[in-house]
Amino acid sequence: MSELFRRYGHTLTWTFVALTAFWLLLLVILPQLYLLEESFRLYLPLADIGGPKDVYTLANYRSAFEQPTEWKFWLPFAWKPVILPFEAPIRIQVFVHTLVYSTVTTVITLILCYPVAFYLAKVANPRNVPLLFVGLLVPMWVSEILRAFAWFIILAFKGPLNMALVNMGIIDTPIRWITGFNSVTFGLIYVYLLFMLLPIYNAIQSLDTNQIEAAKDLGASSWRTHWRVIIPHSKPGIASGCVMVFMLAAGSILVPTLLASTQSRWFTEIIQQAMFESQDWNTGSAYAFMLLVTCTVFVIGMMRVFRVKLSDIAR
Amino acid sequence: MNAKSNWLFNLYIFIFLLYMLLPLAVMGGAALNDSAFPSVYPWAGLTGRWFIELFQDKRMWEAFRNTILVAIAVVIISVPIGTAAAILINSLAGKTRTVLYALMVAPILTPGAVIGISTLLFWNEFGVSAGLHLSALGQASYISAFVMLMVLARLQSFDRGLEEAALDLGANYSQVVRRILLPHLYPALGAGAAIAFFQSIENFNTTLFTRGTYDTLTVYVFSKVRSGITPTINALALILIVVTLVIMLYVEFARRRKEKALAARAGTKEQVAKAEAAGRDQPQAAFPPTQ
Repeated sequence: MSELFRRYGHTLTWTFVALTAFWLLLLVILPQLYLLEESFRLYLPLADIGGPKDVYTLANYRSAFEQPTEWKFWLPFAWKPVILPFEAPIRIQVFVHTLVYSTVTTVITLILCYPVAFYLAKVANPRNVPLLFVGLLVPMWVSEILRAFAWFIILAFKGPLNMALVNMGIIDTPIRWITGFNSVTFGLIYVYLLFMLLPIYNAIQSLDTNQIEAAKDLGASSWRTHWRVIIPHSKPGIASGCVMVFMLAAGSILVPTLLASTQSRWFTEIIQQAMFESQDWNTGSAYAFMLLVTCTVFVIGMMRVFRVKLSDIAR
Repeated sequence: MNAKSNWLFNLYIFIFLLYMLLPLAVMGGAALNDSAFPSVYPWAGLTGRWFIELFQDKRMWEAFRNTILVAIAVVIISVPIGTAAAILINSLAGKTRTVLYALMVAPILTPGAVIGISTLLFWNEFGVSAGLHLSALGQASYISAFVMLMVLARLQSFDRGLEEAALDLGANYSQVVRRILLPHLYPALGAGAAIAFFQSIENFNTTLFTRGTYDTLTVYVFSKVRSGITPTINALALILIVVTLVIMLYVEFARRRKEKALAARAGTKEQVAKAEAAGRDQPQAAFPPTQ
């Protein structure tokens, strides 16, 4: 700090501090604290605010555990639900489905992206890489909503995919892709794929190619080289990609809405319902806080599992 | 790797590229198809009517204007904040730095819906109701973090001795910043401003909760898709795809030209390799996620 004063003087240094403080206090910390505080208060008519009914309570959180109903659990890529032998609160069911499918999305994107990241970083001719990136990044710059919309068209019952498959004779009758969580999973994978690819690519790229050569020279098989040399080196990238994809998927509104089947409800829809339909911002903030805690736990979990620092994940 | 697995590997990369690009082709192609449901198959004939319908939509133009306004506001807010925060954290060490860094990057790891709701609730308490101004503030809370990270990365290659020298030679504080520090940061500031602008245009989740009754382009597309879709959205998509492609190809060819010029001047292979490596760094740097 004193370093800054010496270089830039008081006025400038205090300007830097003031700008940073404005950001961190008014745009980040206080709004989140306020969200937390509101989530413990009741949604009351104006006249009752500050009155005897205005107390701190867990009622908003408790409401997530109300309305137990039969649990139709959708296994990944299943066309029919499994009916579980016990009842569970409806919002908790949605919450669990959201967690399960965000995790499924994360795992599948990781498996799909790792080979591509490796190819771009170490196999492809460096001259072609920028052009390959243009191809890969176009979908990314063409906004999340349009990427989801593209799949909305493709997966439609009378859409191009079904028509093509039927005409090629691969299937007899069109498939109802928008069933259970299938369409949502397809959508989430496509929409957030590149947030997995890029961090892993960055990580593998920073690995000295000589290390891979050395492993090969010492007789390691291709698999072993990946397992013992390349993957350990790209841990920060993998952790970063997983955190990003999980957070974006769990917090997604566009994909689960555009590609929703009648059975696939997402936790963000529960939040929206409270915020817009019931206009109950207190309950809405309680659910939003649940989502925030989930994502934070995931970040911390990944940091522990991969033994990386926060500065490795977000940089 | 033997020849067979290499062949399989290349095939996989090819399929992956197809997988990334075909959906866009389908979506863009449907804009030109004369069919009420956006699809490319069956093909009902070439038409431009979806573009005409799109351009006649007043709501689209208003949403477009709002989007640009918010994006400009986000750039104006987040570039100075991100730069100041990067300079500040770069001069810190130890525990303070760790804590501050965690606070600064936390918004990147926070779901956009949570940022939107907390921004709405917090400012509402002070009598500021929802609207585009809140969208700009909400977006700036995480976009500033992207700018901070980019400026911080650039600061790593900054030679502090230059500032010392300037001070020793009698420069005043504002001269040090204006003539020494900022010129070094310009590339990062430019890239940061571009990222901030496009991130803001893309944003949906934070905007949805803070926008009040105003439309932005993403919200417009969203409500259009939900209320009976027409291929006008595909027309918009095709325009965006073409614009994106043109910008990206332009940047790529500009980079190649620069590389060639550099090679011609230096005439060494090493320099070319260096420039290539620098070019490779670009796409990833220009690439933060959406909230």
